[in-house]
Amino acid sequence: MRELSLNVMDIAQNSISAGASLITVTVEEDEDLDELSISIGDNGRGMTPEQVEHVTDPFFTTRTTRSVGLGVPLFKMEAEMTGGRFSIESTVGVGTTTTAVFKPSSVDMIPLGDINGTISMLVMMNPDLDFLYTRGYRPRGEERREFALDTRELRTVLGEDVPLNLPDVTQWVNDYLSENTSELLTKDTQEGARDI
Amino acid sequence: MKSLAELQAIRDKARAAVNIRENAEAETRVLVGMATCGIAAGARPVLNAFVEEVNKRGLRDTMVTQTGCIGICQYEPVVEIITPGKEKVTYVKMTAEKAVRVVNDHLVNGNVVTEYTIGANAIGAK
Ligand SMILES: Nc1ncnc2c1ncn2[C@@H]1O[C@H](COP(=O)(O)OP(=O)(O)OP(=O)(O)O)[C@@H](O)[C@H]1O
Ligand code: FES
Ligand SMILES: [Mg+2]
Repeated sequence: MRELSLNVMDIAQNSISAGASLITVTVEEDEDLDELSISIGDNGRGMTPEQVEHVTDPFFTTRTTRSVGLGVPLFKMEAEMTGGRFSIESTVGVGTTTTAVFKPSSVDMIPLGDINGTISMLVMMNPDLDFLYTRGYRPRGEERREFALDTRELRTVLGEDVPLNLPDVTQWVNDYLSENTSELLTKDTQEGARDI
Repeated sequence: MKSLAELQAIRDKARAAVNIRENAEAETRVLVGMATCGIAAGARPVLNAFVEEVNKRGLRDTMVTQTGCIGICQYEPVVEIITPGKEKVTYVKMTAEKAVRVVNDHLVNGNVVTEYTIGANAIGAK
């Protein structure tokens, strides 16, 4: 993929196909550890240990077998190419969490890209599902901080009759994401720094 | 910063606008293929462009949705347009720019953009 945010879009499709009602997307960046961790969790039907093994085994990922796809092995390979790691935890009837950890300093790092676009689109295209998106960031030598978008919270405000994919709501979500992202990524927000 | 109060205002406005989503029958469906291969080939901006354009034009009887594997990876991003009573149209190798034209010519004016369809691309393949 050209952007990791597209992998998120893709892996989230697995959660949707698995019948999830809540999908959690967490993006954590830690500059001291040189790590970008992307995790997609769901409460869908889950997989047996055998299925999990099958999904991540690169031997089975040649696209000639219809029953096994590209999405998971691709995400795994992209993480491992940077010197990172990959895991899937899954329990039948409980859900699945897919986590890929990248080393951003690696020459093989793929940019995160438009993650807000992915989140916004997931919410807009699946107005009956809930999404919890959390983005955490720890700049070099600073405290960790985060922001979140929780559609369950939005739903409480909107009530049952106003859908999450109403164009005005989508616009609100886009603005919310971009404002919070730029605030999160601005480096000089430590207390004191502003009062000079 | 965006606040929940603003969201409340959006809700109140939507409620006052009587028919929130009362687009009943005769729906034209725009299906954008979003399997791994489709996403890798650029389906996200195509989907975005369709949603934006359809909203802009106020096409209330048109629904833009995503679908999984359409089975023709080499032609991704693929978009299918299904109108009741008409033959399904399959557009291939789509881009956001092509999407804008399809909304205008096909969805608004009823003229299929033949040069973007799978038929035209299979014959004139490079
Ligand atoms: N979150 C999940 N919950 C349940 N099953 C999953 C989940 N993620 C993956 N799977 C199982 O693993 C299989 C392989 O996933 P993968 O994303 O690699 O390919 P795919 O979705 O089948 O096809 P594509 O190439 O379009 O991604 C899925 O078909 C599904 O059976
Ligand atoms: S896997 Fe490519 S169209 Fe289905
Ligand atoms: Mg998949």
